[in-house]
Amino acid sequence: MDSKLEETTDIPIQQIDVYTDTRDILAHAEQQARERNYQDYVIFDVDSHHIETASWSEVTKFIEDPVIRSQAEDYHSYRTGSPPYGLNGDLGMRYQDVGGRIPHQMDRRETIEESDLHRDVVLTRRAMESLGLDYMVVFPTGMLSLGMHPQLHMEVLLGRAYNRWMVESMLKADERIKSMLYLPFSDPEAALQTIEEFSGEPGVIGFMVTSVRNKPVHDNQYMKLYATLQERGLPLAFHGGYYWQEPVIAQFQRFLGMHAVAFVLWNLVHLVNWVLHGLPERFPNLDVVWIESGVAWIPFIMQRLDNEFLLRSSEAPMLKRLPSEYIREMFFSSQPLERNDLDGLEFIFRKMNAETQLLYASDWPHQDFDLPSTIFDLPFLSDQAKRNILGENALKLFNLERPGRK
Amino acid sequence: MAEIYLGNEADFEEEGRRVITKNGLEIGVFRINGNFFAYENHCAHQGGPVCQGRLFHKVEENLDTDQKSRGLRFSEDQIHIVCPWHGYEYDIETGIFPANPKLRLRKFDVEVRGGEVYVLM
Repeated sequence: MDSKLEETTDIPIQQIDVYTDTRDILAHAEQQARERNYQDYVIFDVDSHHIETASWSEVTKFIEDPVIRSQAEDYHSYRTGSPPYGLNGDLGMRYQDVGGRIPHQMDRRETIEESDLHRDVVLTRRAMESLGLDYMVVFPTGMLSLGMHPQLHMEVLLGRAYNRWMVESMLKADERIKSMLYLPFSDPEAALQTIEEFSGEPGVIGFMVTSVRNKPVHDNQYMKLYATLQERGLPLAFHGGYYWQEPVIAQFQRFLGMHAVAFVLWNLVHLVNWVLHGLPERFPNLDVVWIESGVAWIPFIMQRLDNEFLLRSSEAPMLKRLPSEYIREMFFSSQPLERNDLDGLEFIFRKMNAETQLLYASDWPHQDFDLPSTIFDLPFLSDQAKRNILGENALKLFNLERPGRK
Repeated sequence: MAEIYLGNEADFEEEGRRVITKNGLEIGVFRINGNFFAYENHCAHQGGPVCQGRLFHKVEENLDTDQKSRGLRFSEDQIHIVCPWHGYEYDIETGIFPANPKLRLRKFDVEVRGGEVYVLM
């Protein structure tokens, strides 16, 4: 009997939980990377996340206002059972882990042996190595709702504190880790100051607006901001998100429906305003990236806007071409890639000119993350198209050097 | 027919499992209601380690006779294995995603002989 037992080996992790090492969770991803020879591809992940609230007491130390900083320090020192200081959002309504079905979305309590690096740098490196990545753009998680904060100054103070923490704790630690830093968009002057202060810092390759907010992107107050980004050659990203308290969204009583619509809704609204108010004509060299809304909505809004524009073109007098033609020149991140209907996906890719405009994104460690194989395995893409989407498009967009061998 | 020896039947607790690898092939064997079920540890979605996920009783909508929803409930007898990567769910007895029969796990027969458990290849 013993000789028979020797023929098989138990997998060390019989059941994955919140204590499982990232490398064990993603062991199959690492296997895919080897089988598909990702060594031969540049793979640039334009959207991943860390859980900044796990380090929130470190972040709030960078709050510039001494009174607010003192409040934060006292809050974290003396209150127990409270959410991170100053953050709005949905607190206990975060059901992304589908009721405990996706442990890495619940928490990551794995052991970190490295003592000279921030925990989030170690976790990011483990994910990069498992997924076969060359670069990983890291964004916050809980702060994606900050655009709906009732106190406008808090977005400025927390956003700027986070940016400084991010540069010092993560971006300086590993040149493969990049970010498009948080723009406190509710205050255009503070947003402009953020660009001026943080451009050129290590790992800063652009700036990001959390899309969940109800302020139109074509407001005149933003023109200086866009001009500055264009002048500096820095892309502007809009990162999708959700806000369950928004009245129309509150009709959804389960996370699934809420997530399916909300992560597209605000990006859709901002993109329509961006096009119809002629921002591509006003800032023709400003690259815009729409993040984490998938791709299924893109042909819908192209078709819809072209039709409406032809009926009422006097209301969008800056447009010299059809709306879809401007949209086809924008950049989009791939995740969550709706792959269920491959014929439909091929149509979407053709419609949006994915070969040059689509950027691979993992969204790791969130519940709907995508492996590079979601692009690599698409049967209708040429090898060059795969290379472009996985990394070459991003290298051009962010003007980055080709990385050395992984 | 090749077979893989998994151990004694008594070594498996009810709703227990053993996930093994042999020549690069990963297989998860589960004991459910006294029966054994074996699947390749490869989710039909993105290749995730489905057999290393949690077991959940199937969630059902609790409708009354007027078709009004009275909330959710767990099925008493239907159990799902849930991929820990993205939450794809498969009936543990069939390996099939209930809402889409095209999505299924690679299933292996399991034989119990003299109290010993074997996966048939």
